[in-house]
Amino acid sequence: MILEAARMLGIEIPTLCFHEALKPHGACRLCVVEVRAGAARGGTLVASCVFPVRDGLEVHTSSDDVKGVRRGLIELLLARCPESRQIRALAERFGVAESPYRPRDHLCILCGLCVRACDEIVGARAIDFFSRGQSLDVKPPLLNPSAACIACGTCTTVCPTEAVRLEEIARVPHEHPVLEGRPAERCRVCGHHPATAVFPESYESWFKE
Amino acid sequence: MKTYRTHLLLCAGTGCVSNHAFEVKRALEEEIQRRNLGDEVTVVATGCNGFCERGPVMVVQPEGIFYQQLTVKDIPHLVEEHFLKGRPVKRLMYTETKGAPPVPRMNDIEFFRHQVLVALRNRGRIAPEKIDEYIAYDGYASLAKVLKEMSPEEVIREAKTSGLRGRGGAGFPTGMKWEFCRRSPGDLKYVVCNADEGDPGAFMDRSILEADPHSVLEGMTIGAYAIGAREGFIYVRDEYPLAVERIQMAIRDAEAYGLSGEGIFGTDFAFSVRVIRGGGAFVCGEETALMASIEGKMGRPRPRPPFPAESGLWGRPTNINNVETWANVPVILARGGDWFASIGTPSSKGTKVFSVVGKVQNTGLVEVPMGITLRQIIFDIGGGIPGGKRFKAVQTGGPSGGCIPESLLDLEVDYEQLAEAGAIMGSGGLIVMDEDTCMVDLARYFVSFLEDESCGKCLPCREGLQRMHEILDDITAGRGTPDHIDILERLADTVKKASLCGLGSTAPNPVLTTLQYFRDEYEAHIQEKRCPAGVCKALIQFSIDPESCTGCMACLKACPTDCITGERKKPHSIAVEQCIKCGACFEVCKFDAVRKT
Repeated sequence: MILEAARMLGIEIPTLCFHEALKPHGACRLCVVEVRAGAARGGTLVASCVFPVRDGLEVHTSSDDVKGVRRGLIELLLARCPESRQIRALAERFGVAESPYRPRDHLCILCGLCVRACDEIVGARAIDFFSRGQSLDVKPPLLNPSAACIACGTCTTVCPTEAVRLEEIARVPHEHPVLEGRPAERCRVCGHHPATAVFPESYESWFKE
Repeated sequence: MKTYRTHLLLCAGTGCVSNHAFEVKRALEEEIQRRNLGDEVTVVATGCNGFCERGPVMVVQPEGIFYQQLTVKDIPHLVEEHFLKGRPVKRLMYTETKGAPPVPRMNDIEFFRHQVLVALRNRGRIAPEKIDEYIAYDGYASLAKVLKEMSPEEVIREAKTSGLRGRGGAGFPTGMKWEFCRRSPGDLKYVVCNADEGDPGAFMDRSILEADPHSVLEGMTIGAYAIGAREGFIYVRDEYPLAVERIQMAIRDAEAYGLSGEGIFGTDFAFSVRVIRGGGAFVCGEETALMASIEGKMGRPRPRPPFPAESGLWGRPTNINNVETWANVPVILARGGDWFASIGTPSSKGTKVFSVVGKVQNTGLVEVPMGITLRQIIFDIGGGIPGGKRFKAVQTGGPSGGCIPESLLDLEVDYEQLAEAGAIMGSGGLIVMDEDTCMVDLARYFVSFLEDESCGKCLPCREGLQRMHEILDDITAGRGTPDHIDILERLADTVKKASLCGLGSTAPNPVLTTLQYFRDEYEAHIQEKRCPAGVCKALIQFSIDPESCTGCMACLKACPTDCITGERKKPHSIAVEQCIKCGACFEVCKFDAVRKT
């Protein structure tokens, strides 16, 4: 896609809903660029994260139209999430001082990264978009606490605005009958649970002991 | 087959049915039996005749006499005078104005005279549920010719020659689209009919499906042959129960006759069609959202490329066309692409169906050649503006379209000409407005409609339309500020350029065209806090002129909040704080004493 090609060349294009590990979504529209020769209609703005490169394509990443649209989108974001430090940083980066619209009180920008990560990377599919238009939100199915969620925290990691957070609600005592008495170390990733450094080819030998 | 000397073609389109057409039908049949005319006169319930303003309508064949506004009470007299004694009833015929001489023949009436029926060729002349009647008017003859005499490439060539462009609104050349799909690699391809018609005021597709479902089925089958598809879907909005019923019946009947399904016309070409009902979302008229909906997913558009012709339903090459586009196909194959291309303008060939609604005398459904002017449609066919009011604007293309002012009424109906004026052809909705329409309020209405229907996926459409609505609410409520117009224009520009799909990218059109042609109305609302059309409730006030008031108390009785006081024969007055500005007093006063300022 145009976005990756531009980044390979060191050309900066802002994004919010793009992540290298996920299929592109094309929803935040911040990555729009102007395509002239080689497209169906010259002078159109397209989302660079979903537009495939093609021989002869002429792409303008900072034309007046692109700059104007970026400004307009950031103004909308700033009005939606005035308290988000990431959105404020984005606004500062592009010289948008304030927004002409009435402020709302969201942190979530509905970029869908959490939904897509839970689907494509984790495979739990515990959350999805719910409703449409103004009432669009991210929720588990039927709005019930999700049985499919494994509390892996991937959604909190990919969220660009810290809108998704994990909250500790209980401690689960666990026993490791297999690990008991064996040399174990702290898990390198979360630093919390003991993990055995050596795993056998089959557990039969352990059970025989 | 039984023959009758007289056929009574009674319109049973949804409009006339709402106006008791089925009761009229029952009364006719009973009276015909009572008078022992059952072997000579038959009643046929047809699809929408088009002249909805005058429903229930009925055409008597073979004379071609047109009756309108029929009621059950009219029937005994009508049957006796016309069908028994042979004397057509003048009182039930159409007159151009009250007191003018009646126009007995349908084809002499202005409303019908200028129309050229291609997609609507069978309107008002067949019973939609009888496949035999479709066949009697050369139905399925094109399909036979295509399967027996033409190759798929020849069919595509004919479609390209015709210049047919998508009638759903975008106007993409149909033949070219079929060719892309044919050329896409893969054995499994699909053909889809978009019957999700969502524009407020549009009922072209509904009428075609209700009146002549086989025309769509035949068209799709020809298209499937050309593309190499064996399966098709018709996606109908669920709010059209009669259309769903009729197209399902048509499919069953065609299958029973070997005209659909396996071994069509005894060849090894097979094409099966399924009807899918929509779930109530305007956005599902967008082709990628429609396909997602067919696949059982949420109806949200996805970015293109890839286009459906390359990768559509379940990743397979898919060709989607609108109902009206499909309905044109059998005629093009019968009479040739050259014939179709001889009608219309250099870039817009053939005819277009329009639903003419709003502040116009003759509301209804019309089919006219491309190139006819808007003035001709609104004034010659439409009969002009009722009530002696002045024309103000015509909205073409629904919420995605634009408002065209009087100065541009001589524009020809043509894809490019309308686009240059800032509007779009759209699916064919034509909403006429008069001096009592507030253009700012109108823009607000269309934005709020699209805001509701937005899928919410992309930022500019979801947030942008919400903010446009907020600003228009402010302006119409008297809270407009001088910088609002600039902010609105910039916002509209962002939404137009950055939106993911057609819903968002065309949503600003009503705002942009009203700003272009009616900027003075916006300025009056903002600077003077005044609504020139007298519509925006926050900016109008009702009062009673004591000089003109006769004290008849009619307004008092009409007022829902009892805010009018006054004795008989003494001037009345309105308590402004309790007034909800419903306008009932204004409507009811016969002395023009109620003033709107």
